This record gives sequence, structure tokens and C-alpha cells, in this order.
Amino acid sequence: MLHAKIPEGLLQDKWSNYKAQAALISPANRRNYKIIVVGTGLAGASAAASLAELGFAVEVFTFHDSARRAHSVAAQGGVNAAKNYKNDGDSIWRMFYDTLKGGDFRAREANVYRLAECSEALINHAVAQGVPFAREYSGYLSNRSFGGVQVSRTFYARGQTGQQLLLGAYQALLKQQAGHQLQLHTRHEMLDVITVNGQAQGIVARNLDTGEMSTHPCDALILATGGYGKIYYLSTLAMNCNASAIWRAHRKGAFMACPSFTQFHPTSLPQLGNYQSKLTLMSESLRNDGRIWVPKLPNEQRLAKDIPEEERDYYLERRYPSFGNLAPRDIASRAAKERIDAGFGVGPMKNAVYLDFKDAMQRDGKKTIAQRYGNLFDMYQKITGINAYNEPMMIAPAAHFSMGGLWVDYNLMSNLPGLFVLGEANFADHGANRLGANSLLQACVDGYFISPITVMDYLAKQPIQKDKTQYLAAAEKAKQEVRVQIEQLLQIQGDTTAEEFHKELGNILYKKCGLSRNQRDMELAKEEILALQLRFKTKLLIPGKESEINFELEKAMRVNDYLEMAILIVEDALQREESCGAHFREEYQTQEGEAQRNDENFAYISAWEFKGNNVFQLHKEALQFNFVTLKNRSYK
Amino acid sequence: MKLDLHIWRQASFQAKGYFEHFALDDLDEHMSVPEMLDHLNTQIIKSGGQPIAFESDCREGICGQCGFVINGNVHSPVAGTTTCQTHLRSFTNAQTLYIEPFRAAAFPIKKDLMVDRSALDRIIQAGGYIGVHTGMAPEANTHLIAHNLAEKAFDAAACIGCGACVATCKNASAMLFTSAKINHLSLLPQGAPEEQARVTNMIQQMDEEGFGACSNTGACEVVCPQGISITNIADTNRTWFKKQISN
Ligand SMILES: Cc1cc2nc3c(=O)[nH]c(=O)nc-3n(C[C@H](O)[C@H](O)[C@H](O)COP(=O)(O)OP(=O)(O)OC[C@H]3O[C@@H](n4cnc5c(N)ncnc54)[C@H](O)[C@@H]3O)c2cc1C
Ligand code: FES
Repeated sequence: MLHAKIPEGLLQDKWSNYKAQAALISPANRRNYKIIVVGTGLAGASAAASLAELGFAVEVFTFHDSARRAHSVAAQGGVNAAKNYKNDGDSIWRMFYDTLKGGDFRAREANVYRLAECSEALINHAVAQGVPFAREYSGYLSNRSFGGVQVSRTFYARGQTGQQLLLGAYQALLKQQAGHQLQLHTRHEMLDVITVNGQAQGIVARNLDTGEMSTHPCDALILATGGYGKIYYLSTLAMNCNASAIWRAHRKGAFMACPSFTQFHPTSLPQLGNYQSKLTLMSESLRNDGRIWVPKLPNEQRLAKDIPEEERDYYLERRYPSFGNLAPRDIASRAAKERIDAGFGVGPMKNAVYLDFKDAMQRDGKKTIAQRYGNLFDMYQKITGINAYNEPMMIAPAAHFSMGGLWVDYNLMSNLPGLFVLGEANFADHGANRLGANSLLQACVDGYFISPITVMDYLAKQPIQKDKTQYLAAAEKAKQEVRVQIEQLLQIQGDTTAEEFHKELGNILYKKCGLSRNQRDMELAKEEILALQLRFKTKLLIPGKESEINFELEKAMRVNDYLEMAILIVEDALQREESCGAHFREEYQTQEGEAQRNDENFAYISAWEFKGNNVFQLHKEALQFNFVTLKNRSYK
Repeated sequence: MKLDLHIWRQASFQAKGYFEHFALDDLDEHMSVPEMLDHLNTQIIKSGGQPIAFESDCREGICGQCGFVINGNVHSPVAGTTTCQTHLRSFTNAQTLYIEPFRAAAFPIKKDLMVDRSALDRIIQAGGYIGVHTGMAPEANTHLIAHNLAEKAFDAAACIGCGACVATCKNASAMLFTSAKINHLSLLPQGAPEEQARVTNMIQQMDEEGFGACSNTGACEVVCPQGISITNIADTNRTWFKKQISN
């Protein structure tokens, strides 16, 4: 039933073969096809601009007031490409292998290879758009290294790489709007997918300024709506990131793949109090020079500087001597959690570990460290009020990236014909754990280079829909359903805000289905989430009306979807009786406490079908490895 | 921690605005300003009132979504800091704060602290891009760009589009915003061919949107969270005059 549609041929020929055979539409005819793109992050903006450049009629929706504010803007560290500018042995193959291995062999070979293959073109394109990447004094592009790999393939624009790439895509988008090839609807939230006989043919959107509901037909629909890590409430994501677009597509029949694969970033700032609304990421690059430790004594009361060297536990160096503080994200995060749970956490809420630059400053001098990380030290001080030159930083793991998302085939099309899913919203390339600087790349490659070809191929094989009766009926019905849902939510008039429910949900997920999971806890989590769903339906309080700017209504709809999705996340984590990448099942670990993968029984992508409220059916797409041999990840 | 808040309330663009008073005494000095408003809104909602409409998204100073005027300071009393990165420890206990929206004719108020900054997008749309289509680009190292030039282009490109420069300017000019984009692109060899058209079209759009003229007071660079320098304005003026003369 699930057919990934991977082209024939050798790994390195698949994408070329695909492109050579893809169906085309003549330039004069393209304007007769309407493509809707939801989302203006890197994936959405790049797809929309590229499709408009080809001559398609493109309509774009974002809930933001400007396309430039999509959460891609917040990415700091960089974007990977196999340019091998450093002559350090990098190649498309090596990048492919690093990514597949980093993801603990839970992604498709062909997709991952294509990601690496298209990476070079992305850097060329971004430079041509004016992205001011860092340069050597000679004028050549500069690279740095990033967690989990041994080459330097990361391109960066100070600590604002995501912003600069996004501005490139956003400007390309606006250029197309200026040329009337594209129509952008800001402050419009997509609330449903309109399907006819299982084919995606349009969307329902709500104007967030007026509350007005509208329907929009299309020949192909692209969702590029980002990640759902905010389901954990406290996360490194922006306040408005949500799962509603993909969740509503899921309810309409699109399969959700590996929803339990969420990455927890090891170097976020810890939670300081219950009022807190989000966690700020500190760049992973800090781990190049900072040493991570906790006190050896539990419930240590002394200040960091008063704890002598022999009473400090540099647990990453102890457990992973060869990678030390640069162990991959999933491993570093889990090791921190293990120490915190064992009672060795530091900070006012005992929920953090130290990241200490004392030795680096002694070795290289304070000035050098300030040159390398000055802006990060400033940021740390801005947020915490603490000067990290005088005392160690405090960091903690935080929900960060969704490897899971809507299931897509090699074309990036979901199981619903006509529904394409790009960027963080899909499950495709990162397997069970994403490598740093690979997701900006994925979002861009999906949008600039893959979808223009695969969407055109799909459209070329579709007859243009002339008879709109079925569509019109489906559109009216979908709009009506959204209206009814909004009315029901507004009528509850209980005593608890959407935000309060969201915090409770986040708490349950962090504790019972977060960095590490076990069957007993997850079964409890399911009960708690079901109870929370019920309470939400009777106690939710939304002020105001539908027909006005109403942030509380927007939040309530998103939390409603999160509450439904949370059950599926737990189900997915329960069925996967192995540990892989970010998914750590306590029952499946080696004697040293490392993840134990089970390739015999679990080398598949889980793809869930919606069968009714809280009922999901599991489908499995077996992962075949024809070009690499599976190995255990070891960073010891 | 205690704060005495006077917050601008305005139901819609047409409605008349006013300050509403709230006395809060259960705040934490580590809260950010938007977190304080979250906290206040929860109280308002639970007592049957209408929460304060305000925008914020990343809450880490990069998306440009937030921005209020606090006691006359655009964004924040802390220089070069966005509202979302301003924490209550920057205020003194029991201080009185007047919080109001960014004010400029080109930024109509939508509701309470929310303003419409779409005029900034229209300025970009008028020419703030390099006209390269996907697929056209040459090998990335074809054009060498000196380190310092790349850094200078980055300095201009770092703008987050928050509109603080407009809100603080007595003429409500968008010249820092516009010139930063012009300079970012024109400094780079890839952006040079379109320079003249870019300058003319973006400046014309800026005028059409109702932003005021720049009188070089330099107030904008003081509040800019990215520290964008007014030398960008001088550079743009130079290009613009060149164009006028050649006409
Ligand atoms: C703090 C942080 C730092 C990061 N650093 C890096 C890094 O250094 N390198 C790296 O490779 N990756 C990094 N990442 C990950 C990377 O930034 C994201 O995975 C990537 O940018 C996602 O892009 P996207 O286009 O898929 O989604 P987004 O940029 O999140 O865009 C989503 C878009 O969808 C719209 N949208 C969503 N739902 C709806 C709806 N229902 N209706 C209408 N519009 C909707 C939004 O308005 C937005 O325009 C980082 C992530 C975070 C959070
Ligand atoms: S909320 Fe993003 S800059 Fe303030």
C-alpha cells in the first residue's frame, strides 16, 4: 500500500534518472495550473518562488504578518554542503553516509543521497541571491565543523544563517509577487485540506484579522508548515509554531510518519521558572571549547567556582572518551538527563548542567574565547543576567526538531495525491536523529530543487479538472466543519486558558515521552492525555468572538490539535520496541546504557492512518539498505 | 516584584485608544516583557476581560515580530534590545511603565499593541532582491568577495524588519530599513547590476507608503536591535543622487 516510488538505478544515478524522465508542462500552459503553498519558511518560500519562476500560478499562505518571520529565521549555526572546499575528504557519498548514520539508519537511502547531491547547488544559489556567508581573507567561502562529523562542511553567516537564507528566499518570493506571478496571503491560517476522492484540491483558510473563512481551490497543494516540537510547550521553537496544518491533513487521510522522533537539543538554556514560555538555544558550537560537568555530590549547595576539580564529573568525557563534549545531540542530551534525574542537576530548579570555559580560557586566553563566542556570551548575559566569563554557563536539553512528520514518497508527495509536504513538516531525510546544519539544507533543497520537478511531473499527468461540482461541495463541507469546531470551542466557557492546557500537556510529554521513554510511563501518559482532552472539552476558556483578531481562539485550535497528536506520539513510541537515535526506550539499552537498535524487527518507517478520534492504524514502510551495511553507532 | 502598568488599549484602527491601568505584584524579575503580558492576560481572561493583543514569536530577538514603546523607549529601555529580550530585572521594583504600540502613519494600529508593518514588505517588493532564478547560479566561489566586504554586507543584511527605526524617528522615516537592504545587495558583486533601479524603486515605494523624509538625526541606529549603522543611509543617498544627476 505504501509505495515510496524510488527510481531504479545506482544510488548516484537515481535522481538524474528521475529528472531525465520526469514529465514536463510547456511554459505557455503552466499558468493554467494553480499551486497553493502553505508556509513561507525556507521550504515554502523557496518552493513558491521557484514554481512561480517556472510560470505556474502560485498562491501562498502564512499565518505570519510577513513572510520573513517564519521560524527558519531563528536558525543560527549553519547549512551543510558537500563542496569539499577544505580538501578534507568530503564527498557526496560521505555526507550521505554521515546523515544516514547520524539518523541511526531509519531513513531512506535514496532520499538522503539526493539531499547530499543537491547540497552544492544550494550554496551556489544562496550566494547568487546575496546571502553573505562568512568568507576567508582571500575572498573564498569559509567552512566550519559541526557535531557528529569529522569534516568541515558547514557554511554560515555569523550566528544568523537561517535568517540570511530565509531573506534570500523571501526576497525571491516578493519578486514573484511584484511580477504578479504569485499571490501572497499573510495572516491567513490554513485550517483544513479540501479533498475530493482522496485527492487534495484546496484549502480552508481563516483571515486572522477579520475571522473571515475562505476556501481556495488548487491543482497541487504544498504544505511547508514547519516542525511541531512546540507540542512539548517549552522548546526552542517560536511561540506560534504548531502542528495544525499537518494534523488536519492527517485527519483527512494523510499518513503521519514516525511522529515520536523528536530531537532534544543539548545546549538550550534551562527553565528558570513556571512563567517561562520558551527556551532559548545556545549554539552547539560552544561545545567545541566548553567542558560539560556536574558535581559529583548530589544536591551540591556550593557555587560552581567553589567545587574543586576532583569533585566534578565531566560525564561526557568519562562515558565517550573519543568524542567527549562533541558527542552527537541525542547522546549528549540523554547523558545530561541521566545526571539530572540522578539528582546531580545544578541551578535553581536543579535541571541544568554546567558548560565551563575555564580551561579553554586558561589555554587560549579570554580574548580568543571572546572572539569565538563573544556574541553568545552576550546573549547568555542578556537572557540570564549572568556573566559566563566568570562562572560556567548552565545548559539543559530542550525539545528542538521534529524528525517525524507527514509521510512522503520520493516525490515528496504524501499518500494523498496532490498533497506535497516539504521541509520540517515531512518525515524524509533525518531518520531518528538529525545532524546539525542539515535541516536548513533539507528545507531549501525540497523547495528549490526537488518540488519544482516532482510537482510538475504530477501535474503533467493530471487532467485539468473542469467539473468543479464535487470540489465545491467538498469545500463547503470542509468550511462548515471548521466553523462548527470554532463555535464549539467558543461555547465551552470554562475556566482554563489554552496556554494552561498546553503547559500541562508539555509537562506530561517531557516526563513520560521525552528524552527517554518506557512502556509503563507511556501508558500512564496516554491516560493523562486522554483525561486532559476531556477536561479541555469542558473547561476551556476563550474570550472574544470569531469575527475579530482573537489570539486565544488561534491558540485553542492549535492546542486542540496538539492534544490529539500527543496520543499518536505516545502510540508511535510504544510500538517501537527498540532504541534508535532520539528515541530511547529504557527497556532496550546495552549494559553501558547505550541505545540498542533492533534492525531485524524495526527497520521500517511507521506511517499512521487516522481512523477516528484517538484511533490510528499502523502501516510499515520497510527500509531497504542496498548500498550500505548497517552498523552500530559508537562514539565511545 | 511589583510593577504599575499603563497599557494602550484600542479595539481597532478606527476605535479611540486609551491607557488601561494594571497593578501587578506577583512578577518574577527574570520574566521577559511578553511573559509578563502572558501572565497578565491569563488574569484578565479569567476575570472575564479582553486580553491585550500583542505580537511576538521567536522571543529571542531575531524574527522582528515584537516591539512596543516602553516609557517612551522604542522596544526597550536597554539600548539595542528587542522587547522580547527585555527582562523585568531591567526595571526597578514598583516602577510605573507606560506601554504603547509603535507609532507611525505608515504603521496603522490594528488592535492594542499590534501594528500593521506590511509597508516594509512592499518596499522590499519594489526592488529589494537580486533577480536570480533557481538554476541560474554559477559555482559559489566564482566571485571572490573580500572578507571585509562580506562582513559589511552582513552588517546591513542583519536587519530583522521590526520597524523600530521608523517608530523612533520623529519623521517616521524608513530610511534606515530601506538603505540597509539597498546596501546589503549593492555591496555585493551579484547585486551591482540592478543597483540603480533598486535605489529608485525602493525609495519611491518608501515615499508612497507615507514614511517621512530622513533628516539625519541618527535616532534610528540607537534603537536598532542589530546595531545597523546610519552610514548605510549616506551610501544610499550617494547612489540616489548619482542617479538623479545622470538623469
Ligand atoms: C532555534 C533553532 C535553531 C536552528 N538552527 C539550525 C541550524 O543552525 N542549522 C539547521 O540546518 N537547522 C537549524 N534549525 C532547524 C531549522 O531551522 C528548521 O528545521 C527549518 O528552518 C524549518 O523550515 P521550514 O520551512 O520547514 O519551516 P518554518 O521555517 O518553521 O516555516 C513554517 C511556515 O509555515 C507557516 N505555517 C505553519 N502552519 C500554518 C498554517 N496552519 N497556516 C498558514 N501558515 C502556516 C508559518 O507561518 C511559516 O511561514 C534550527 C531550529 C531552531 C528552532
Ligand atoms: S519576538 Fe521575535 S524579535 Fe521579538
